[in-house]
Amino acid sequence: MIDGIIHCLVVLLLPPLLIGIITKTKAAFAGRVGAPLLQPYYDILKLLRKGSVFSTTTTWLFRAGPLVTLAAILTASLLVPLGRHPALISFDGDLILFAYLFGLARFFTASAALDTGSSFEGMGAAREVTFSCLAEPTLFVALITLARISGSLRLSTILTYPTPALWRATGASMLLLVAALFIVLLAENCRIPFDDPTTHLELTMIHEVMVLDHSGPAFGLILYGAALKLLVLGALFTAIALPVSTGSDLADWGLFLASMAALAVAIGVVESVMARLRLVRIPQLLVGATILSAFAMLLVLR
Amino acid sequence: MNSLADQLLVLVMLINLVMLGSSRLIFSIRAVAAQGVILGILPSLVHPLSFHLVAITASIILAKGIVIPYLIGDAVHKAHIRREVEPFIGYLPTLFLGAVCTALAFVFAARLPLAPEHRSLLVVPASIATLLTGFLILTTRRKAISQVIGYLVLENGIFVFGLLLTEAMPFMVEAGALLDLLVGIFVMGIVINQISQEFSTIDTSRLRALKEE
Amino acid sequence: MNLTGEPTALLLTAALLLALSGLPGLLPRFAVLGQRLTVTLAVAASLLGGGGLLRLMTGTTGAVYQLDWPLPFGPALLATDPLSTLFLLPLLLVSGCAALFTPTYWPAATRRDAGRLTFFSGLFGGGMMLVLLARNGVLFLVAWEVMALAAYFLLTTDQRDGGVQRAGTIYLLATHTGTMALFVLFALLKAVTGSFDFPPSHTLTPFSPVAVVMLVAALVGFGAKAGLMPFHFWLPGAHANAPSQVSAMMSGLMLKMGVYGILRVFLFFTDLPTWCGWLLLALGGWSALNGIALAAGQRDLKRLLACSSIENIGIVFIGIGMSLIGSRTGSPVLVLCGLMGAFIHIVNHALFKPLLFLGSGVLIHGVGTRELDRMGGLADRLPVTAFLMLVGGLAICGLPPLNGFVGELFLYLGALYDGMTAPLPLVALVAPTLALVGGLAVITFVKAYGVIFLGNPRSRRAEEVHRPGPGMVAPMVLLAVLCLLAGLFPLGLVRLVQPAVGFYSGRAVDWSLLGPLQPPLGPLLLMNGLLLALLLFLALFYRMRLHRLPRGTVPTWGCGYQAPSPRIQYTGASFSELAVNLFGPMASPRRSRPRLSGIFPAPGASFGYRAAELLLEQVLTPLFSWSGQAFSWLRRLQHGRVHIYVLYIFATLFVLMIWGR
Repeated sequence: MIDGIIHCLVVLLLPPLLIGIITKTKAAFAGRVGAPLLQPYYDILKLLRKGSVFSTTTTWLFRAGPLVTLAAILTASLLVPLGRHPALISFDGDLILFAYLFGLARFFTASAALDTGSSFEGMGAAREVTFSCLAEPTLFVALITLARISGSLRLSTILTYPTPALWRATGASMLLLVAALFIVLLAENCRIPFDDPTTHLELTMIHEVMVLDHSGPAFGLILYGAALKLLVLGALFTAIALPVSTGSDLADWGLFLASMAALAVAIGVVESVMARLRLVRIPQLLVGATILSAFAMLLVLR
Repeated sequence: MNSLADQLLVLVMLINLVMLGSSRLIFSIRAVAAQGVILGILPSLVHPLSFHLVAITASIILAKGIVIPYLIGDAVHKAHIRREVEPFIGYLPTLFLGAVCTALAFVFAARLPLAPEHRSLLVVPASIATLLTGFLILTTRRKAISQVIGYLVLENGIFVFGLLLTEAMPFMVEAGALLDLLVGIFVMGIVINQISQEFSTIDTSRLRALKEE
Repeated sequence: MNLTGEPTALLLTAALLLALSGLPGLLPRFAVLGQRLTVTLAVAASLLGGGGLLRLMTGTTGAVYQLDWPLPFGPALLATDPLSTLFLLPLLLVSGCAALFTPTYWPAATRRDAGRLTFFSGLFGGGMMLVLLARNGVLFLVAWEVMALAAYFLLTTDQRDGGVQRAGTIYLLATHTGTMALFVLFALLKAVTGSFDFPPSHTLTPFSPVAVVMLVAALVGFGAKAGLMPFHFWLPGAHANAPSQVSAMMSGLMLKMGVYGILRVFLFFTDLPTWCGWLLLALGGWSALNGIALAAGQRDLKRLLACSSIENIGIVFIGIGMSLIGSRTGSPVLVLCGLMGAFIHIVNHALFKPLLFLGSGVLIHGVGTRELDRMGGLADRLPVTAFLMLVGGLAICGLPPLNGFVGELFLYLGALYDGMTAPLPLVALVAPTLALVGGLAVITFVKAYGVIFLGNPRSRRAEEVHRPGPGMVAPMVLLAVLCLLAGLFPLGLVRLVQPAVGFYSGRAVDWSLLGPLQPPLGPLLLMNGLLLALLLFLALFYRMRLHRLPRGTVPTWGCGYQAPSPRIQYTGASFSELAVNLFGPMASPRRSRPRLSGIFPAPGASFGYRAAELLLEQVLTPLFSWSGQAFSWLRRLQHGRVHIYVLYIFATLFVLMIWGR
């Protein structure tokens, strides 16, 4: 019960902090002081109190897009175990629903982008759907591999099964899985090297350009949704990459928060030391990730 | 045989894929060098320590990891080429083919009549996968330098297989094989340099024009 | 026995009524009245048949009727079973919807060919019903040909267009090549069992050489009708050129007759060999992936939908293949999940694809073109259609909470289970394949939806679009509501196909066979509810904020460009280009571009893009033209002199008499 409440609180409150940590890390690398850690919270709260501007071209779908997207990601967040605690809802095959809820979110984000009639947003939408399409098989191959290791089709079991002992036993394949999932994590959340969320040139962006015309509360919801997506996929990643458990519930929650913060720092470091890939190389990297996960599966089979 | 050796072999197979996917020649050469260093470390993990072993390890790392890559890198530098421009098959398809070959290598390895103590290891699949990758590079790339890299990968594959036999295989045979290759690389390096000076291209598909009528 | 309520009798009456429903439309004087009468009859037939189906589904067993015809093929049997019921249900629904759609879309008052259209529509539907009820090889073939030929006449309704004629000819060639294979199949059936009647379930052995030929013939004959790759080449042209409600019936129903045929023939055999399962799985996976890759590159709305039909048929075959593999390897989970997935997808596809095709009819009616890049901005002008098409688009992408997800869920479950337990989990590859297919489907349908309905109108005609009449919208509403209901309450869908799954697998559906793995139908309902509740909450919250805060309206920001026009919007071709290039050989785009010699292209230079049909253009057409030349000497036999023709007849008779002695 308490775990459930903490789960909801984490889902509702933590996401913007991750973005804050990433920006702070990048600022540190650039030798700046950077915005305060809580800046994303201020941004979202401010946006919720601002008026909106709508394009004359847009229809109801433009307004519905951010809402459906956020609803889908929120629903997905109930399925993923945070830390070492089982998710609020768990059933056989929930991982399929999990992946498809992101598909639903993508459909609406991309459609809302096309609703503005701007070619920049069309470009962003096209890139988003294409790259996610290539990232999806990786996720499934990785989840099948983990399902085979853990003998279950529930995310809650699959993701709480890995332990340090398992890492020692099947290290190579776990390492490959972690690498593949990290690539998927960066691609799905539109981070460098796939997309640069802070560039000032619309032509080169993916996610940010899709939401260019949103404003006011809707944009606040979009920012929160993007951060939440990072949290949800990040939780999936850390469950495999840092499978440490202390045995005590509260300590586990603390460990979870620490691991998420570490992940945010890691993403910040990647963003500071890497450049964005050329667009034509992105599919190559995503296919490479699929091959990595397939390789992991092959090793588990042996 | 321990699990560390297995993990290194996984790394060898990953480097294969990296080479298939990369277009920059310098990067490929570095990858081959890294593969060579890993191959040098492997025998010392597999066999009990001896002077003989240390000598092999050192010489392999020196040859595969430093000398040969340096020579090819020099050739690349002199010939002023940076990337493989037009492979016969694109990078994504070759990468995919490489993945298929790796999977097939596991299938072949499972069918080979191996000694039971070798069955559970990654040595045989890794060797076959590396061999096939070498063939892939040789058949799909145009530049002579890429071909040399392909030969090197091929040789690495054979070397991995040899790991199983190091005890049975006299040291001299191994060294002889290495020497052969070294000479081969030398010849190729010289030839490439000459060709690129004469014809300002080292695209092998254009070398067909050199045949006698 | 109370004959009036007997389900098979009801269904046969409905088939007859449907087949003859087009007759009033042929009356030249009373075309408008005739068309109305036709629609009434067709809908009545659907309701009548629906009554029969309801009785079948509530547990009444249908009677078996014997047709004592004077033909020398033995008495023909007509019967129903759960497998036919599964296919009859969408048939009656969609043919009813298509009939309702016709009067507004193809009004007899203005269209001279309306009578022909409704006549053959009825015959088409009736033929398909007979296909499903026939239990005799010859009767089956007769019904099959009625269906196939009616479809030909339907598809060539619009005779002014040269493309239509060409598509019709290709269709005719394909369907008759398939029928030829079916002749082989049923002739061998007669040779094996001694009669043209369908043998009882699970009686023939599949391991004799004859059986192998039969299986291959069934795969070719029925696969050609289903549009399974590599027999799909006729499909995009045929679906694109037919009137929209006919495309809806062809895609939603006729393709399924191919699936039905294969299932029916498989049912004859005791236990099918493993290669059969793997072959179906491979062909299904190929069709699914290649079909949707083709669809992503299309510029023509109806071709896009047609190519996505290839994909959906592929998904159905993946399920069938999975179940066959499962039954050979002794894995009840694969059997159950494969069949459930395939059968649910059959029903689903018959809901959302006709919905989308009818929607394409509305758009063609309104804008006058099938070309995506000439539409745009229609969500403002056709709000109801836009919403209904959104439902269809979400459903066909298999996204929750719509019905498409339910079928795919079972296939994923089977694949994941295989990946979890099998020693060599090759079936598990279905999961990443389906994921890729799903991703491509999202690309395809976001593109189609965005280019058609969102943004600014890209042409004058899109700006001045005609609104559809209620007769066109009503059937779409019905189909969309069914999609929503089936998606929100997945248990209903499962209950619907459960008898067919039980009948086909030869044992009642027993979920406990799955062991600890349970299909997540209850949780899915919960998740659907949660999703909608969250959406409702967010919508209310957003609405509240919007009302409190100031609001402004300006044109879309164009990055400072001062003279934007609708033509600078991202086109459908550009939207899908990234993906199409990645799947290059599968999607086979053809570009024509000018040679650039300076900074600007020469005046009058143009860039062209179209999605090519590789098999048709590069293999079949050259093959046919080559064989046409190679056998041109045979044309000497045909010279127009009647007395020589009589000689041919005489000679044939003579030969037959000698041979038959």
